[in-house]
Amino acid sequence: MEIPADLRYTPEDEWLRLEADGTATVGITDYAQGQLGDIVFVELPDLGRTIEAGQPFGVVESVKAVSDLFMPVSGEIVARNDALEQSSELVNQSPYADGWIARIRPSDPAQVEALMTADAYRAQLPADAE
Amino acid sequence: MTLTTEDVGARLAFDRGTPGRRGVGVPRWTGEPTPLPDAHLLRESVRLPELSQNEVIRYYGALSRRNYSIDTGTYPLGSCTMKYNPKVNDLIASLEGFAHAHPLAQPEHLQGILRVLHELQGYLGEITGLAAVSLAAAAGAHGELAGILMIKRALERRGDLAQRRRVLVPDSAHGTNPATAAMAGFTVQELKSGPDGCVDLDALEAALGDDVAAFMITLPNTLGLWERDIQRIVQRVHEAGAYVYGDGANLNAILGRMRFGDLGFDVVHLNPHKTFGTPHGGGGPGAGPVCATPELAPFLPAPVVTEADGWYTQFRPDDSIGRMQQFHGSVGVLLRAYAYIRTIGREGLAETSGNAVLNANYLRTLMEAHFDLPYDRRVMHEVVFSGNRQKRQNGIRTYDIAKRIIDHGLHPPTVYFPLIVEEALMIEPTEAESRESIELLAQAFIEVAEEAARDPDALHAAPQTAPIGRMDETEASRHPVIRWQPRPE
Repeated sequence: MEIPADLRYTPEDEWLRLEADGTATVGITDYAQGQLGDIVFVELPDLGRTIEAGQPFGVVESVKAVSDLFMPVSGEIVARNDALEQSSELVNQSPYADGWIARIRPSDPAQVEALMTADAYRAQLPADAE
Repeated sequence: MTLTTEDVGARLAFDRGTPGRRGVGVPRWTGEPTPLPDAHLLRESVRLPELSQNEVIRYYGALSRRNYSIDTGTYPLGSCTMKYNPKVNDLIASLEGFAHAHPLAQPEHLQGILRVLHELQGYLGEITGLAAVSLAAAAGAHGELAGILMIKRALERRGDLAQRRRVLVPDSAHGTNPATAAMAGFTVQELKSGPDGCVDLDALEAALGDDVAAFMITLPNTLGLWERDIQRIVQRVHEAGAYVYGDGANLNAILGRMRFGDLGFDVVHLNPHKTFGTPHGGGGPGAGPVCATPELAPFLPAPVVTEADGWYTQFRPDDSIGRMQQFHGSVGVLLRAYAYIRTIGREGLAETSGNAVLNANYLRTLMEAHFDLPYDRRVMHEVVFSGNRQKRQNGIRTYDIAKRIIDHGLHPPTVYFPLIVEEALMIEPTEAESRESIELLAQAFIEVAEEAARDPDALHAAPQTAPIGRMDETEASRHPVIRWQPRPE
């Protein structure tokens, strides 16, 4: 199970990466995609939508379950990974790169700092998580 | 792998017969032909199967022999309560006076049916302790929607609706609960369960506020566990000015022993196909009675049957949320539920829940050495194991175990629900199974667990004895083909 050290995490198993242009990319973790199993559908947020931290911004559906996606920080949606509409398996194959879900312009950069580090995220997963 | 119709073992109706063959001889029209106006034609022509009556009967006969049903074997599908459907229920429902009644007949010609429906309302009111009953809804989830709409109307009438927009739902709930609340226009907030699998009082406390409309709770919960703090939960929700909505899906665990109304619930829906042995599915609508307190009675969905001086009529409550479907509800299903209740009576209902709990705990005891039990305590009507041990030690997932169970001639259990249990494997033997069939069921699971350690590949390849092997469910979900396609020439 991969937990890249340069990303930030939430207890709901989302990751966030701060980009050079001040936006932040969001997706679900390797652990989350493993728990969900084969993902068959991703509902993406509308561009320009403003979302509060902790609010649902989309849905992932796997053969086992349907789960809400929760936005780690407040802000405006500036991009979304439209490739997932045809190829939802990218979330399984490449959760931290090709399987990214949306990009947001954070309204309060301090919220990014408050998210978990990779070590903190790993520590709160079940002991036998793989 | 591409499945062809031959692999299925039974060619589809479209691939049978021969052009021009007919099942019914239609007399030739001898009058002046009048062409249909082109604007009203949907399409040029439509390809239909061309079969004789004999071929049609054999086709459906072949398909029906592929069915697995409660009448063919043990059906341990957790959360679904696949229990025996007593045949006397069908006999009662097919009596001519019931089966041939016309929905538009006048009340004087429907007194018998109306009386039965009125008595059923009374029984359900007594069973739940919530005396205001409507039989109008067409399914459990439909009854759920009716119940939440009643709460919405009650909030509207007391001037609270604009403020109370949140509905709280535990993370172990049936998916219909959040769907119902969302459909009724509320915002859903999920509550994390505590480490014991029950509602976490602190989480509930933190979520309650003057903007909460209702708390939806299943009792016993979907893990098959009794909510130990239920009285405190109800009290706190009421103190916060919100309503307690009860999902009655698991009533078979407490039937005749505990009543939602006595616990302080405001409204519940029931699932007659789970609790009262009416058929699951069967090609027609089901029923989802709602039972409520006197406070919510004015909002019940119409119609409700009432009696005065021995005369039965249907009426629309003063401030009803309206109709949930046409006519009188799913009378055929309601008659079967009535027959079930009358056949076994008050003592029989209590015995039913006793057997449901006994059977589930017997099964838990037989299997607990072989599978992880995330919530290791006495259960109610069903038990949720985890396939985590097999996953860790043998690289086997719950999905593989379920598929291998098919090779033992049994229906698989429910898998991956409730969502809060990893590799969930949920078994509900139901009150209708004998001691011997529960032992056989446990034996099958134990053999599969042993095989997982010895020969994991056999599980990956399962099922091997079914007409169709392992299906590609991912591909089917990503690229569903939902109608017949002609085969390439």
